[in-house]
Amino acid sequence: MADSQIHVALAGNPNCGKTTLFNLITGANGYVGNWPGVTVEKKEAKLLSDKNVTITDLPGIYSLSPYSPEEQCSRDYLMSGEPDVVVQVVDATNLERNLYLALQVIETGLPVVVALNMADLVEKNGDKIDTDKLSKKLGCPVMMISALKNKGIKELFEQVKKSAASKGQVPEHKFDSSIEDVLDHIENNLPASVPANKRRYYAVKLFERDADACKLINLTKEKAARVEQLVAQCEQDCDDDAESIITGERYGVIAHIIDECMTKAPAKMSTSEKIDRVVTNRILGLPIFVVIMFCVYYIAVSTLGGTVTDFTNDQLFGTDGWYVLGQGRDAYDAAVEAAGDNADSVDPAQYGPYVPGITTVVHDALVAGGTEDGGLVDSLVCDGIVGGLGAIFGFVPQMFLLFVMLSFLEDCGYMARVAFIMDRVFRRFGLSGKSFIPMLVSSGCGVPGVMATKTIENEKDRRMTVMTTTFIPCGAKLPIIALLMGSIIGDSSTTAAWISPLFYFLGVFAVIASGLMLKKTKLFAGRPTPFVMELPAYHFPAIRSWALHVWERCWAFIKKAGTVIFASTVVVWFLSNFGSYNGSFGFLPAMDGIPEEFMDYSVLAMLGNLVAWIFAPLGFSTWQATALTVSGLVAKENVVATAGSLLSVADAAETDPSLWTAFAGMFPTMGACVAFGAFNLLCAPCFAAMGTIRNQMDSGKWTAIAIGYECAFAWVIGLFINQFYNLLVLGQFGIWTVVAIVLLVAMLFQIFRPMPKHAWTDEDETNTASAAVSA
Amino acid sequence: MKTLGDVKVGESSTIVKLHGEGALRRHLMDLGLIKGTSFKVVKVAPLGDPVEINVRGYELSIRKEEAAVVEVQ
Repeated sequence: MADSQIHVALAGNPNCGKTTLFNLITGANGYVGNWPGVTVEKKEAKLLSDKNVTITDLPGIYSLSPYSPEEQCSRDYLMSGEPDVVVQVVDATNLERNLYLALQVIETGLPVVVALNMADLVEKNGDKIDTDKLSKKLGCPVMMISALKNKGIKELFEQVKKSAASKGQVPEHKFDSSIEDVLDHIENNLPASVPANKRRYYAVKLFERDADACKLINLTKEKAARVEQLVAQCEQDCDDDAESIITGERYGVIAHIIDECMTKAPAKMSTSEKIDRVVTNRILGLPIFVVIMFCVYYIAVSTLGGTVTDFTNDQLFGTDGWYVLGQGRDAYDAAVEAAGDNADSVDPAQYGPYVPGITTVVHDALVAGGTEDGGLVDSLVCDGIVGGLGAIFGFVPQMFLLFVMLSFLEDCGYMARVAFIMDRVFRRFGLSGKSFIPMLVSSGCGVPGVMATKTIENEKDRRMTVMTTTFIPCGAKLPIIALLMGSIIGDSSTTAAWISPLFYFLGVFAVIASGLMLKKTKLFAGRPTPFVMELPAYHFPAIRSWALHVWERCWAFIKKAGTVIFASTVVVWFLSNFGSYNGSFGFLPAMDGIPEEFMDYSVLAMLGNLVAWIFAPLGFSTWQATALTVSGLVAKENVVATAGSLLSVADAAETDPSLWTAFAGMFPTMGACVAFGAFNLLCAPCFAAMGTIRNQMDSGKWTAIAIGYECAFAWVIGLFINQFYNLLVLGQFGIWTVVAIVLLVAMLFQIFRPMPKHAWTDEDETNTASAAVSA
Repeated sequence: MKTLGDVKVGESSTIVKLHGEGALRRHLMDLGLIKGTSFKVVKVAPLGDPVEINVRGYELSIRKEEAAVVEVQ
């Protein structure tokens, strides 16, 4: 049946509604944003209504030039011979620029069906498009559709199937006669092997001196010289270069087509312009942005989201349990207070419709089923598995709220304005305005933060953002900060209020310093990426795609993060509960005569001792500190709980003074304690985030570079803190002090030295771009 | 040489020539910034850069540094 298969390519400008159409017709859950450049790689899926039709969604592009990886990827696919027909999606509200790509796609000679999307908006604006005339002018069928409202889709695909059977069209549009003469000559010089419907495409490409096309056609020296002479002559006559001539001709043809096919209503101020007058206002723009972001975080993290997360963590998954609608909570609290030291004996079920926590339920069920209380299975299931799942699901409500709001801001078009407002700040350290959104999301959770880098088209910018975005303290790192503050100052409630922002600054500093250093390395060398971005019109997002967007992000977190966190939680549980004591290896808590601090004998302790020397220059070389770092890799919120069990402080919370004292006792000096905190906040993020980095980088090498860099940077910062504390406060000087000074000088040099000049020609740039694509 | 970056907010002008080379130049051309195109500078970002222009019926954000390759009347 392979022969009856039809391959359809979806092509179009960024933000023309291509992905919305793709999702609609394939049922796939692709990402749709009101953001230019959402599809980075091409995606494939079967048509819902006919499984014999395969749809390939190409990246949104403006042209078929050879300069960007997206454009190369698209044109390679179009010229590969696989697609039988191209659906050229055109944003009808922006006909002029969209037709520019349409003309080029028509020139490829493939059968093309032009889909005029957002036709309903055109009508609303009072404009009229004559599709019959347009179809005649373009030489291919033109269909009105609305992907958002599911209109005209059936008719479109009936036409697509008809066109797929055709041989394609010879472009109708003609350039100026002097240019056409030259193109005719070039066409005559093409080898006979180039098929008739592709001859014009290659003639135009050779005229533009397109390097890829020249290589592919490989003219004889003689013919190449002849073509070059023709083009050079034409350039002289027109007093312009070949690329400009063709672009000018195309836009000339389009102007002519639009004159004939479109009647425009008198221009009036659009809603978008009205909104933009306020939100990107020179004076109000920044304050409005700050207020919007504050509201988003206040709702998602501090108030509503925080409450739900606490509930999930402590009551739903923990041992606390909960009362339906809170009935009986007050009476229970009073009874607990009255019972004093005997609080454990108060039965919560007496005071209202009480539902025990999942841990309790599972524990009771296990014990009732004959499992040993506190034994191997009980410990694995309750502490390892349920605890691990709870850690994951606790963050879901908070993230859900955050994503509902951030996705709305993205889908309606506001985030593109944020990039516009913030670009000035970010370009200073080698990033662009688009890097800001991932950083914002990362302050909630690094997993969706890294995922949000998807919208950055430029590969260098995207990689740099992935590498630096997890430096921003996420929600799970806040308890570590509170614990540190308590240990250092002895009071987390008052002073922490101004000290904990310091750790945010540390994160921001890490991002900036890394940006400044990395952009001068070979990895990111080259010119600054241009930031020429379309600002799409505002629109209220379709509920469907908004919901899909939120769902996709949450689900990706639950699924990928869930599997990784879950597996690693079990592994850490195993490492810390198994070990050898008195010459025998086994489950430690069940061993005879084992002391309360059984973890000292665990595999985790052995491993901790093995690698602890790495942290000696940072001042914390005990295995406990190393083990804490390891548990931080599983999930940062684990650090506090692990500290509690390692230091034998029962029911440890970051606000517990006895934990502060025990924690501070782990470190020889305050400098080492701060160094430990800095290292843990900056080093590789949790496994879930690392998995996402791997996904986003789509390269093992780059994942290793990213994680390696983060750890190395964290180590160096930790070294600075510890060594300079020793030197300046304690007056100690040693070999590591010298190392720290040397590293500091090197770092400052790298940050402040001017950008090296790159004598890169444009050819090199395209070569690296194509190398990146093939890699 | 007067460039796109020199045009004041609210003013309109016409492109005379596109300087620069390579990817950036081609990208600007593909977006419709070619000889003879008229445009309007709509606004400048709160921090002074980039600028927003209206060209061929849509809004484009462009840094002043990149706008410097666009010669205008």
